[in-house]
Amino acid sequence: MSIAEAQVEAEIETFDDKDPWYSVALDLIKRKPLGAAGAFVVMLMILMALFAELIAPYDPELNNYEFMLVGPDWSFLLGTDQFGRDIFSRIVYGARTALFVGFVSAFVGSVIGLILGVSSAYFGGKFDLVFQRVMDVFMSFPLIILALAVVSIFGTGIQNVIIAITIPFIPRCARVVRSNALAVREIPYIDAARACGYSHTRIILKHMVPNVMAPYLIMFTSFVGQAILLEASLSYLGLGVQEPIPAWGLMLQGGAEEFAESAPWIPIFPGVAISLAVFGFNLFGDAVRDVLDPKLRSR
Amino acid sequence: MYNYILKRILLMIPTLLGAAFLVFFLLRLIPGDVCELRLAGTGLYVDPEEIKLCREKLGLEKPMFMQFIDFLIGIVTFDLGESMWTGKPIMYEMGLRFELSLQIAIMATITSILIAIPLGTISAIKQDTWIDYIVRSFSIAGIAIPSFWYGILIILGLLIFTQSWFGEPWMPPLDYVPIWVDPWRNLSQLIWPALATGYRYSAVATRMTRSAMLEVLREDYIRTARAKGLLEKIIINRHALKNSLLPVVTVIGIEFAFLMGGLVVTEQVFNLNGLGKLFVESVMSSDYAMTQALVMVVVMIFVFTNFLVDIMYAWLDPRIRYA
Repeated sequence: MSIAEAQVEAEIETFDDKDPWYSVALDLIKRKPLGAAGAFVVMLMILMALFAELIAPYDPELNNYEFMLVGPDWSFLLGTDQFGRDIFSRIVYGARTALFVGFVSAFVGSVIGLILGVSSAYFGGKFDLVFQRVMDVFMSFPLIILALAVVSIFGTGIQNVIIAITIPFIPRCARVVRSNALAVREIPYIDAARACGYSHTRIILKHMVPNVMAPYLIMFTSFVGQAILLEASLSYLGLGVQEPIPAWGLMLQGGAEEFAESAPWIPIFPGVAISLAVFGFNLFGDAVRDVLDPKLRSR
Repeated sequence: MYNYILKRILLMIPTLLGAAFLVFFLLRLIPGDVCELRLAGTGLYVDPEEIKLCREKLGLEKPMFMQFIDFLIGIVTFDLGESMWTGKPIMYEMGLRFELSLQIAIMATITSILIAIPLGTISAIKQDTWIDYIVRSFSIAGIAIPSFWYGILIILGLLIFTQSWFGEPWMPPLDYVPIWVDPWRNLSQLIWPALATGYRYSAVATRMTRSAMLEVLREDYIRTARAKGLLEKIIINRHALKNSLLPVVTVIGIEFAFLMGGLVVTEQVFNLNGLGKLFVESVMSSDYAMTQALVMVVVMIFVFTNFLVDIMYAWLDPRIRYA
């Protein structure tokens, strides 16, 4: 091999089919340590949610008045709350609530935002103008105020919380997706597809949507984190999921402040759980964005 | 330039109208009648005649369309009527709390600027090194940590810390005193929510600064400056920083608008009598007049701040004016 060829060979990073999965994983960890940490936390949360029955030692909703306000020890890993419920079990089951609400609202919100944003960019003209104004109106409400308004109308409970969290996400996703879709719209093959007689629906779904996957995925991962936080905030205010469903925000509500001095483990651990989950999702989303956005790669 | 300003002003109007429309009808959908809640407070039977009288007095018996027109006129003339729950004028109720929210918003914004710009710059200069990872983790923690939990931790920390140091636990004062009356007391109460909120909002600004700096540092003129032999420090301070501040200013402006009415949870934790708390109370008591007025005020601040940010952006970057 000549020197030039050898240099080119050395620069190209390829993964042969023979490379075992763990070396690919190790390489990813080396190149993006923060993203790998985020992915690890995300997987941990998903495992906790899926296998909650196997992991949690106690029933999260069982009141056990013999053991109220016990500190962390070997029988109650993270202590108990004022009703005698084991905090560790509640946190593990709470992962299920948090991830369920987070994923569903992020997914539904981002998908609706995706379709609306792409359609708006595709059709353009008056539809786009009107749509933009409507989105502006929705976006001028801070997240929590819109969610509060929806919860006041439809009531509390887990379904309404999901609806309340989904609605503010739609215009935000639509905005970002629309600006990317506008660029895609200018590419000639969209006009060519129209000239071939393809229907609008087909062009939008088959040609435009796949090209805006990058910003969509970024929005989606950031929404999951925000959804978990929003659900926690709503539950903290008493307007989210209700007792006795284990939810991290709910665990911080009410009693947590009263017992903050005497039983600090009650407010501390659910908060750690929330922070860790959102942290993990954000890091993961950042890594996804860095991989998909060529401008930000390091020199 | 004036064309651009005019266009922007004209665009504000449909947004505000749409928001007023949305707020008005959204609230009317909420079940619960303010008259019933007010008169039946003790759970006794309420005479339907009295409810009807009360509704007439509050103008709830008029057709929806007329109520909406009244609402719009009220906004334009700054006479938002009276709160249906307390009976006091809305402007008075809001005025009490506006000062507090404004002060927290300003302090939080200053905190976030002081944290975000230096950290974002360092993170961009030393991209992908350990310093970068630490700063990014720090700033993401700001977004991840729920502000109310952070607030609980701060109060808890204060109690424990003052207990161990001074022997007596100290909590921030609960009542609000304007800053020109008693600055020490005022600051000792408001610095904690300002820090909690500022840290949270600095996260977004840090990431924005970092990505803006990263893009600017790849520009050709930076390369030329380096080729000329300028010190790295001068390149950063004199050339790169100014050019990368543009999107950061936008983000900070938008966040400031949100800070005015969106601090619902923080106010709950620190027991502050601000606009957020007023909002939750008025939603709970179905006080349409107050809720609408509050939401309109928040939306107006938001739209107006956006407008100012757009203008400033166009002034700083002439390319935008012709887009």
